[in-house]
Amino acid sequence: MSTNAGITEPRGVTRGVLQGFSWLVYVFFYAPILVLIIFSFSDNRNVGVWGGFTTSWYSEFVTDQPLTTALGNSLRIAVVVTVVSVVLGTMAALALERFRFRGRQVFDALLYLPVIIPDVTMAVMLLLFFTQAAKWFGFSKGFATITLSHIAFNISFVSIVVRARLAGMDDNLEEAAMDLYASRWQAFRHVTLPFIMPGIAGGALLAMTLSLDDVVITQFVTGAGWSTLPVYVFSLIRKGVTPLINAVSVVMLVASMVLVALSLVVQRVRGGSPA
Amino acid sequence: MNRSHLRWPALVVALLLVLAACGDGDDGGEGAEAASGATDCELNQVDGDLALYNWAEYIDPEHLQAFADEFGIGATMTEYDSNEAMLPVVSAGNSGYDVVVPSDYMVGIMIEGGFVQPLNEDLVPNISNVSDEFANPSYDPEQAYSVPYQWGYTGLAVDTEVVGTDFPRSWDIVFGDAVPEAAAGKVTLLNDPRETMGAALKSLGYSLNTTDEGELAEARELIVGAKDNLLRFDTDSADELLTSGESVIAHGYSGDMFTQFLETDNPERYVFFVPEEGGTRWIDNMVIPLDAPHPCTAHTFINWLLDGEQGAALSNWNYYGTPNKASVDLLNEELNAFVTSPELVPGGLDSVEEIADTGDFETSYTDAFTEAKG
Repeated sequence: MSTNAGITEPRGVTRGVLQGFSWLVYVFFYAPILVLIIFSFSDNRNVGVWGGFTTSWYSEFVTDQPLTTALGNSLRIAVVVTVVSVVLGTMAALALERFRFRGRQVFDALLYLPVIIPDVTMAVMLLLFFTQAAKWFGFSKGFATITLSHIAFNISFVSIVVRARLAGMDDNLEEAAMDLYASRWQAFRHVTLPFIMPGIAGGALLAMTLSLDDVVITQFVTGAGWSTLPVYVFSLIRKGVTPLINAVSVVMLVASMVLVALSLVVQRVRGGSPA
Repeated sequence: MNRSHLRWPALVVALLLVLAACGDGDDGGEGAEAASGATDCELNQVDGDLALYNWAEYIDPEHLQAFADEFGIGATMTEYDSNEAMLPVVSAGNSGYDVVVPSDYMVGIMIEGGFVQPLNEDLVPNISNVSDEFANPSYDPEQAYSVPYQWGYTGLAVDTEVVGTDFPRSWDIVFGDAVPEAAAGKVTLLNDPRETMGAALKSLGYSLNTTDEGELAEARELIVGAKDNLLRFDTDSADELLTSGESVIAHGYSGDMFTQFLETDNPERYVFFVPEEGGTRWIDNMVIPLDAPHPCTAHTFINWLLDGEQGAALSNWNYYGTPNKASVDLLNEELNAFVTSPELVPGGLDSVEEIADTGDFETSYTDAFTEAKG
């Protein structure tokens, strides 16, 4: 915690109240998740009615063919989306942060657009675009259209995260490297890249999470046989929530926590030995 | 099927798409060509893999695979969660789907918008299996574009162990002065403008498709008055609230309720009925999008599913009513007892109505319901 010298830490009653309040906030955030996890082990079709311990919902998840297909689709899409949007997003961030060029401000504003406009608007635009494109080029909607759509909005998110990191970097570091006869590429590879790596990792995680989560846009641009997990789960809820949906959510939750933990480990290893 | 709260935004989107399509002169011509494709098909011919666009868990994946195997093709199903989510995808064109399953009022909208192609009846001889009561629906009177897939009622489910069996089979037990004492504070109504306003309208003796502001206002007041006895407005878990004991009277959909009853140890404990003043009947239908990539396969699938045995297999898996008269005798006993029970619709078939699209008046329903909920 960075403390401001002008402000003293609260003491006594104030401190107690503030602490209590912070704990309440945590309870508010995490209690629903805890309930979700507990009921994923309930042996009763009704969520909210405890029917004894069982892991049958997890085995049902593994054997439920539409669910596993949807999960496979989601993962394949998320991996491609993450790789492509991280590369493009980082490049955009570097260009915007480091160079002054004609149209830079327009490009800057355009890049923010996918973050600002409502999902449904973006979804309809993409739907119309792909419909026309499908007519002209004769491809069918599915993996490619979903992946392209996710990349389209993820580039913005990645570049915002990476730019925040770049903005905190001293330009002199790169110049110093080049003074020591590093080529532009070497300076980037050995100075800039390690420094912005946490930003890139964060952007990658964000991109992957957003891709795995997206319902609205995916629903519009998906094609025959390409249901993703959240879209499928969303359509299941219409028939009532069973602990099967809890089990799916827990698996996704654990997976994303593993991802976050991994990225922290990667950052620590990198931070310990700056190349 | 349950109607979504997304209805209005989605319709606006659809309208924009229609306008966009109108502006583009080429579309009509291409569409017409695609539509005529079906006339070249022969009975039971397939011209590619089936791409089905359907509600989730509405057909057994193995059942769909059985169709694919029988005709030596592949079959995929993609799911949507509301008519309003499906419409923009199909109406934009090039959706890539061969068969879609919209509800009653949505079929009307799709026909009017020109998003579906007329069926070639020569390719669907099993259409004769459709029961008479489903043969001439108001949204497609000639049955030129659609054939029914499954159907159900909206009505009331009651926990008889708490309320007893001695209560009027009437909307009065939620709206009127006949609310059983044990049910006070334990009633749920659907969180859906058309369904719940419709229930109140029916209870007053009006049509649930009324476009009269006065009648709508009366219905609104009825719902306001019923709020004292209400647990809450709930669509997604109305059935679970009932069987978990949180509610004792639930406004809900027949198929959901029936499936839920069977999950409990003692299904006889619950009754479902359409109150004698009448209620909603919904019908989901199969249609073929105008530019379906495989119109022959689409016709073959529709014909195959209208076969008596296949229709029964469909209902025995998803527990909704079958519109197929050749399937009725093949239904499993519990389901058959439920759908043919004389207590199911005490007011008779004339008392039920399908929800129709009221055009501009839809906002009045939404507004009245929002006001009633307060």
